[in-house]
Amino acid sequence: MPVTSKEQPRTAGVGRPVSRAAARSRRRSLDSSRRRRREGTPWFSYVVLTISVLLALIPLYWMFVVGSNDTSAVSRFPPVFLPGGNFLHNLGVVDSIVPFGRSLINSAIVSGAVALLQMFFCSLAGFAFAKLRFRGRRLLFLLVIATMALPSQLGLVPMYLIMSKLSWIDTYWALVVPGAVSAFGVFWMRQVVIGTIPDELIDAAKSDGCSTFRIYRSIVVPNIRGSAAVFGLFVAMTTWNDFLWPLVVLNTPDMFTSQVAIQQLRTQYTIDYSTVMTASVLATLPLLLLFVAAGKQLVAGIMEGAVKG
Amino acid sequence: MTTSLTWRAPATRGRNGRVSSVWERFTPYIYIAPFFLLFLAFGLGPLLFTGWVSLHDWQLLGDTHRYVGLQNYGEMFNDPRFWKALRNTLAIFILSTVPCMGLALGLASMLNNRTLRAKTFWRMALLVPNVTPLVTVTLVFTSIFGRDYGPVTWILRSLHLPVIDWGASAMTTQIVIAIMVIWRWTGYNTLIYLAAMQAVPSAMYDCAEIDGAGRWTTFTQVTLPMIRPTILFTVVTSTVGGLQIFTEPLLFTSPTGGNNGQGLTVTLLLYGQAFNSFKFGYASAIAIALLFIILVLSLVNFAVARLIRSS
Repeated sequence: MPVTSKEQPRTAGVGRPVSRAAARSRRRSLDSSRRRRREGTPWFSYVVLTISVLLALIPLYWMFVVGSNDTSAVSRFPPVFLPGGNFLHNLGVVDSIVPFGRSLINSAIVSGAVALLQMFFCSLAGFAFAKLRFRGRRLLFLLVIATMALPSQLGLVPMYLIMSKLSWIDTYWALVVPGAVSAFGVFWMRQVVIGTIPDELIDAAKSDGCSTFRIYRSIVVPNIRGSAAVFGLFVAMTTWNDFLWPLVVLNTPDMFTSQVAIQQLRTQYTIDYSTVMTASVLATLPLLLLFVAAGKQLVAGIMEGAVKG
Repeated sequence: MTTSLTWRAPATRGRNGRVSSVWERFTPYIYIAPFFLLFLAFGLGPLLFTGWVSLHDWQLLGDTHRYVGLQNYGEMFNDPRFWKALRNTLAIFILSTVPCMGLALGLASMLNNRTLRAKTFWRMALLVPNVTPLVTVTLVFTSIFGRDYGPVTWILRSLHLPVIDWGASAMTTQIVIAIMVIWRWTGYNTLIYLAAMQAVPSAMYDCAEIDGAGRWTTFTQVTLPMIRPTILFTVVTSTVGGLQIFTEPLLFTSPTGGNNGQGLTVTLLLYGQAFNSFKFGYASAIAIALLFIILVLSLVNFAVARLIRSS
């Protein structure tokens, strides 16, 4: 660290010995309730945060407004700013263009499968990296981290060729198998295992003669269940939102995921916003509901995973 | 605990009842194997194969792939679309990353306050954009920034300001796309920074306070240096993700990036060459070029970080 906090104050304190002494004595008196001065929350924090939250939520509100009105209502001046009653009618239009209900089911199947596979494979690998001793452990783990800096999306063309060779074009396999485990997930689950399971527990189980898989099944899994579920939720959401890869490998409307289906509603030069937004509402609502239910844990999970990032 | 454990034959017991066998020493590799196998098959393998394809005249139809050396790269360097795409991509990257990081740092330092009320509410609300599908984000912002209708045009007209055709010029297109990226990622980065800030030992803040450092001084002299590794991490991930930007320009303009390529990005060009023109060889050359640019920029990030640390 270039400028430590100790250097900085020295210059600040030179001209003000009194305030320094005062600060010292204040420190003593504040030992029980530390950092009182900074602990007040300035009013502008609340103002800025409120504005930020409004900016974060208004576009979603706008999606509901447009999705529940007809197109002419949106192009009126001033535009409508309240939800209307046209949602079901728009839904009929959507379904006449693409099988949208089917696409939601496809999205759910793919997201669910990827999430479950990742929960299993990432926790298993995370457990190995966290608690098992084996040759090359450090190096292999660094390798896992390094792969995160690789933009694998750029291997799009060969990926397509591989999928054709496997006859996986237009199937769930193409979406599920490549996503079954991730470096990010291995890292996340390793953090979780380190944070929740003491080494003593593992050692005790080992001296009792437990196999490592038995340790995973009987000690690790029950203890990380909650965190793994949060991770699974995170994976399901990101998979649900995937766009480029499904767009490349899916051809028939019956196989489309919701994101690809929405894109089909948009022709090249015109967009009927009310239909597109109706579909967007349907494809976004499940995520928002999940988020309301488990967002608190998701926030905690993301922050825990980040500490050593 | 004496039952069990013979769930697979090789696990035999030695002295002390331990499972001591070749098998048990081998199992950790089996547990981490799925990651490495899938990474080889669907990560590294395709990337390497991309390099191979880029040296060929590789069409979708037809089984013969003529070796053409660096011809695809030559075509790329002479293709004005490639340079335009690269310019747009870098412009969007800078227009989005810099404000996003700045906003996230500011918001995180506001959230990093023990007396703040409704902590969970703020954190959750700020993360909502990040769970919103990219396709939805793009379409919502496309309608917000509509040329003839929509809220932004309405506000501009109400204020008697000239109406802007956002999708018409490269600069306004870049701005709108950058806004989409900022909207979706600021909250996520805020939480990452907040987590890092909370890991700063409070003794450091106490020292700063005792010595009379104000909020701003504390932020620049204590907080920022302490969370530098996290900032570097987010810059690298934003570089890798941001330079591959695809969905926003595709849906805001068109698969060709608009009439004048005002929204054309490198990945969009790659996608179009591969799956609309079926020129796999050329598309692969573009992919390799972008890969190279991303790696160089990531290394530059590390170098700059090291330079700052040593100065």
